[in-house]
Amino acid sequence: MANSANISEFSGIWVFCEQREGKLMSTDIELISEGRKLADERGTELVGLLLGGAGVGSAAKEMGGYGADKMIVVEDEKLAVYTTDAYTKVICDVITDKKPEVFLIGASNIGRDLGPRVAARLHTGLCADCAHLDINMELYTEFLREASTVDVDSVKFDMEDTNMKMTRPAFGGHMMATIICPRFRPCMATVRPGVLKKAAFDQAKADACRIETVNAVLSEDDLRTKVLEVVKETRKMVDLIGAEVIVAVGNGISKDPQKGIAAANALAEAFGGGVVGASRAVTDAGWLTADHQVGQTGKTVRPKIYVALGISGAIQHRAGMQDSELIIAVNTNEDAPIFEAADYGLVGDLFEIAPLMTEAVKSAKAAG
Amino acid sequence: MRIYVCVKQVPDTSGKVAVNENGTLDRASMATIINPDDMSAMEAALRIKDETGCQVTAVTMGPPPAEGMLRELIAMGADDGVLISGREFGGSDTFATSQIVAGALSHLGVGEEDIIFCGRQAIDGDTAQVGPQIAEKLNLPQVTYAAAIEKDGKVLKVRRLLEDGYMTVEVQTPCLITCVKELNEPRYMTVKGILECYKKPVAVLDFEALKDEPLIDLDTIGLKGSPTNIFRSFTPPQKGAGQMLAGSPQEMVNELAGQLAAKHVI
Repeated sequence: MANSANISEFSGIWVFCEQREGKLMSTDIELISEGRKLADERGTELVGLLLGGAGVGSAAKEMGGYGADKMIVVEDEKLAVYTTDAYTKVICDVITDKKPEVFLIGASNIGRDLGPRVAARLHTGLCADCAHLDINMELYTEFLREASTVDVDSVKFDMEDTNMKMTRPAFGGHMMATIICPRFRPCMATVRPGVLKKAAFDQAKADACRIETVNAVLSEDDLRTKVLEVVKETRKMVDLIGAEVIVAVGNGISKDPQKGIAAANALAEAFGGGVVGASRAVTDAGWLTADHQVGQTGKTVRPKIYVALGISGAIQHRAGMQDSELIIAVNTNEDAPIFEAADYGLVGDLFEIAPLMTEAVKSAKAAG
Repeated sequence: MRIYVCVKQVPDTSGKVAVNENGTLDRASMATIINPDDMSAMEAALRIKDETGCQVTAVTMGPPPAEGMLRELIAMGADDGVLISGREFGGSDTFATSQIVAGALSHLGVGEEDIIFCGRQAIDGDTAQVGPQIAEKLNLPQVTYAAAIEKDGKVLKVRRLLEDGYMTVEVQTPCLITCVKELNEPRYMTVKGILECYKKPVAVLDFEALKDEPLIDLDTIGLKGSPTNIFRSFTPPQKGAGQMLAGSPQEMVNELAGQLAAKHVI
């Protein structure tokens, strides 16, 4: 029987704090804020785990300001740049020693490389790319009341259940599923960036955050890959997450993708500084690069205005944009699910309607 | 030298989705395709085969009809296929699946010069977990999100995509690499390949063949044994109170612009 099955020995909520070039990531704040909520539900402590090169620990106390009771810092030159082998070994060593009940990791390209490897080594379950987490059963049923069509009162839930309930889009985004890991610990989840809310920073809590340093036990033989270079793309990445206006295109542009994208660009510019987003169909077809993608495998966005042109609106896409302040949808199919999420729905051809909208926005701005 | 390509037959999630009473996907009632990222993995393997003449084996876990997908991959250029199939394996989560696949690969033998290619993630689950977990179970180094691969003997240089750029990672065989679609443009099946694909071997590994593999812990496979379970699946409620605009395109746009201006949105 694996050690991970002695679940009563595990306690505490842990968050992996990812850093790049020694700087903590914005996702770390989201995860620590969420971890605080979970630790309070479970009546336990919240611990951040930070790995990096010499000096990385100087930023650790900041996480206390968002809710961490303690930061465990592992500094080693072999941890300065992420490698699967070094990070997996060190994290598994620390977890095997200290036995946290929950371990959260940001679902970045690094977190999604690391998480499965760590879970497999620790012999425990991992839920990918979660959008919502609960431990307390009352909070979970409240969540179901708001976010599902489940008739909560007709279901008998075990209100004493203390498994973390991890909710994510499932089946290609056509449904949502709540996953549990009842037999093994730690219960692990990767969490989508941009979904969870950040707590307000509290300097007094940051000052009170305890720091524990742990030494890495790593030999050259442990490291089977070598990072030759890390390159920041000079190509301008699309900043969907920071955008106030997003005009997104879907499969509806397929009869003339270039013309559809140009129409979206013109509308985005008319609104003033808007950017062009895309559904998965569009990035899969290669009409726009993956950094434009909104939805389950892309980004979660909350702009002031979101215009969906020719996007049918599968749950996986809606999950990435439904919290936008104002949603305008244009689609030839009046039954398209996107209209369920929209504040304004226009049934028609985007190639005809988008240019008209561009002109209307321009004249409204000129008049306004 | 042998390259294993792990592939998955997935429901075409752009079509109708059906769900069983226990919350799992009703795969039988849906149209299936080869997972798109896995096609990039297959192409990566075939390009190395074009240069070195190595053996390429397509491996999948799934119900018996998944053999058809293996035949398609053979028609693309793979030398043979392996179908891991058994009732006991059904309903496995990523941890359970990776144990079974790793057990099967170990059963087939992973040599010093061998490579395992996987797609980054499958479109039905979007987890990206099975590749790294197979690597862990086989105790092999991994490189995920591969967008370019250069091979020189036993050494591979892989461009690994990050959100804000990339890193170049050097790794030696045997290793596991997960591929993204930016890596290449998968080739089509050839006529010759289609004509010959049923003459090439597809081995079936069932529960009986794999149950004694040390990498497979029989307590953590299948629907019941998987570490993670579906607690509940549900559909989100419809957001109400949206407004459908009426009239000609110009009338709809005018109405929209009027309302946005009234709300000081524009």
